[in-house]
Amino acid sequence: MSHDTGRTRSARAEGRFSLGERLSPRTSFLLRRLGRLAASVCVVVLASFFLIHLVPGDPVRAALGPSASPELVAATQASLGLDKPILQQFVDYLGGLLTGDLGTSIQSHRPVAQTIAERFPATLLLAVAAFAVAIAGALPIGLGMAISSRGGRRRGLDAALSSLLGVLIAIPGFLLAVGFIALFSVQLGLLPAAGWGTIRSGILPVLALALGPMAYLARIVQVEMITVLGTTYMTTARAKRLPSRLVYFRHALPNIVTATLTVGGLILSGLTAATVLVETVFAIPGLGTTMVAAVSTKDYPMVQGVVLVYALIVLGVNLVVDLILITIDPRSSITEG
Amino acid sequence: MATTKHSRLRSPAGIAATLGAIALLLISVFASFIWGDAAGQTSVTDRLAPSSWDAPFGTDQLGRDVFARVMVATQLSMMLTLGATAISVVGGLILGLIATVLPRHPRRLVTGLIDILLAFPWLLLVLFFSVIWGASAMGAMLAIGFAGVPSLARLVYNLASSVSGRDFVRAARVVGVGPFGILARHVMPNIAGPLLVNTAATASVTLLSFAGLSFLGLGVQAPEYDWGRLLQEGILRIYVNPMSAIGPGLAIVIAGLIFTLASEALAIGSGEGVRATRALAAASVTGRRRAVDRGPAVPLQQTDASSDTIAEVRGLRVAFPDGEGGTVERVHGVDLTIAPGEVVGIVGESGSGKSLTAMALAGLLESPAEVQVTRHHFDGIDMSSTLSREEQSRLGVELAMVFQDPLTSLNPALTVGRQLTEVPEVHLGMNSRDSRERASAALASVHIPEPGRRLRQYPHEFSGGMRQRAMIAMGLTARPRLLIADEPTTALDVTVQRQVISVLKEAQRATGAAIVFISHDIALVSAICDRVVVMNGGEVVEVVSAERIREEATHPYTRALIACLPDMTSDRSVPLPTIGTTNITLPEEVVQ
Repeated sequence: MSHDTGRTRSARAEGRFSLGERLSPRTSFLLRRLGRLAASVCVVVLASFFLIHLVPGDPVRAALGPSASPELVAATQASLGLDKPILQQFVDYLGGLLTGDLGTSIQSHRPVAQTIAERFPATLLLAVAAFAVAIAGALPIGLGMAISSRGGRRRGLDAALSSLLGVLIAIPGFLLAVGFIALFSVQLGLLPAAGWGTIRSGILPVLALALGPMAYLARIVQVEMITVLGTTYMTTARAKRLPSRLVYFRHALPNIVTATLTVGGLILSGLTAATVLVETVFAIPGLGTTMVAAVSTKDYPMVQGVVLVYALIVLGVNLVVDLILITIDPRSSITEG
Repeated sequence: MATTKHSRLRSPAGIAATLGAIALLLISVFASFIWGDAAGQTSVTDRLAPSSWDAPFGTDQLGRDVFARVMVATQLSMMLTLGATAISVVGGLILGLIATVLPRHPRRLVTGLIDILLAFPWLLLVLFFSVIWGASAMGAMLAIGFAGVPSLARLVYNLASSVSGRDFVRAARVVGVGPFGILARHVMPNIAGPLLVNTAATASVTLLSFAGLSFLGLGVQAPEYDWGRLLQEGILRIYVNPMSAIGPGLAIVIAGLIFTLASEALAIGSGEGVRATRALAAASVTGRRRAVDRGPAVPLQQTDASSDTIAEVRGLRVAFPDGEGGTVERVHGVDLTIAPGEVVGIVGESGSGKSLTAMALAGLLESPAEVQVTRHHFDGIDMSSTLSREEQSRLGVELAMVFQDPLTSLNPALTVGRQLTEVPEVHLGMNSRDSRERASAALASVHIPEPGRRLRQYPHEFSGGMRQRAMIAMGLTARPRLLIADEPTTALDVTVQRQVISVLKEAQRATGAAIVFISHDIALVSAICDRVVVMNGGEVVEVVSAERIREEATHPYTRALIACLPDMTSDRSVPLPTIGTTNITLPEEVVQ
């Protein structure tokens, strides 16, 4: 079939010939997408299960330290099921996952799932708030830059803003966080340098997380918008002498949604991982600080559980983005023509 | 950086990256000789000193100079960064190239796995691997290096498979070069450039990941220290001495920016071809430029009285910036007058300025185009002034456009109905039901069956010819007085061309609108137009009546265009004549 724009999404290109002969494009896309999700979940579960087996040497001895008695080591191995055959271990692990049992922490002897449930909300709130700030900032900045500089106008302003965005993209969130603490907490004494639970204590972590992705997304929006403004269909819209509001919001905006959402999804999953560092800077009791503590103390069941949760969040975000995309943009399921 | 070309280094990014890389190298090599003592010297009396001239970043809890420690840490930070980058690049090359030479099914397994891994943020992979290899400098280097493998493997695979599909590689395969010979001799040299750019970008990310991992306490362990480790120590004292945290942070940011700039400078290098071509194109345009004080090339008979003109432009000049501060004029003082209901053809080769003239006539040229006119009217509206809201509305209703490529002239994100009901709704104040009826009637009038259903579809569900007819219908939803069709049939095949032309003619008969029909096809234009305007090199060279164009055309360029047309009596053993690239000078006596 003939195809108009060049906005093909390479991620969709796989598996194009196998299905779709008899199915509608959307159904076959959904089937392919769910197939990939299933494969990804398998990889994630396998990776999380084998994590403890990939550690060189005896993980239990490493976790308990050289001073632990052999009896304690043997007892811990037995409680983790590490003395059983590996297949039996895997079956038990899967069974545990299905019932929501992620094992018991070597260090705290509490269920891993319980700790994760306590720590998860802070991380979720942090990531979602930062994502909202990034989107809310990136759209007006990117659109404004593209519209105000179209056709080579306001070159100086455009170059200055572009450099500023470039610098913001290059500075990782945890370094911004350090700078913010030095400026707003130490020098000005405006906001707390650590802690969690109040709006004031949340401002710096959210900003530190959000600014880099915001700058990146703003640049994507700007580039996409410049491309869209140069298309013939935008000339068609201008030829109709529509008010600027309609030209930009009805005709241009829908055409940048696909790219913006795709990048937005990548940003949201990237933010999930970036919270680890920012939580550590601000001593926020989230999944990230839990993960870092567990890695440092070699609390392998805890690490397995947290890694699994992070990975499933990323897969979930990617799936939701793809489902939104095919709902609002029917062409994204039929890229190959 | 030593391997890059001189010209790449001359860009600002290239200069900054080169200087920065030299500085990093010098500091890495010599810092331990210069600052080594100060970095290790403990002093109880100087504990936790704030920043001063002697110690710009203050001292730590053992009285050691933090600035000296940041300088000395450069070496370890750089070595670990380069080590991890090397692991990523080598691993990515091996995995990517193996995937390229594998048979189909194992290849899809490998690329599928790479894609799954790519879905996860790099930091998550780093943390996963660092659990396995433990919290140490070596463990962190392996973890960061391996976490970077999937993205580079994907890049190498994409580059290599695009190269290995090209003709010269197929030819090599035919003459019996084995898969590894092809990789070494044909694929590698062709993917080296993009790979270099991405290696520099990877180094930047690697550096930041290392800083992050050491900062988390999962990288370099005491007594060794890199920038991330110093940052971790510094943030504990941030209330006592902020510089002890900001100092290492600055070092990380600056080094990261140097790698990013290097990557951008390398990427700019590959864009040089574009700039050179643009300069050439500009030169060729200037070379063809004529003396512009000649005045109007063709005096026109029409009067200014608005009663017998629907649109008029006089002394039209269109120029573009040439990228070096000057401008290049592409249309040199064109006069054009359209009478109500008249069908005017504009012919000329590519670059003759015919489309620019039409766009300027419609008032649709925007910056960077610079438009000058001595007079520009459309149906009583002075187009050279700022238009009022009401005048804009009248233009939207009375002036319609059809463009060359029907695949790009309709908005792909909006239904055809949305795009056809807009003018009635916005400019004619119709409600949505009436404007929908109107749009449906317009689609029916251009012979699109089932207009009601078609209105709910998106442009990609229309064929090319249907989209072009939908564009015409878009003009018919209002009260068109002038329809400007810019090469409306060039992108279509011959049978579809005929449909579109007949729809255009019907539309003209039904509405009485004037048409400006732009084409390079003089036969087509003389068949459907009343009057033909011939353009060459940004000027109107001749205006003739379409009926008698073969007899009356006097200008050599017009005669040359006509001579190119084959007819039933053409001698098929002789090649058709071509129009030379030399300037066709304008004889003084050419008058309509």
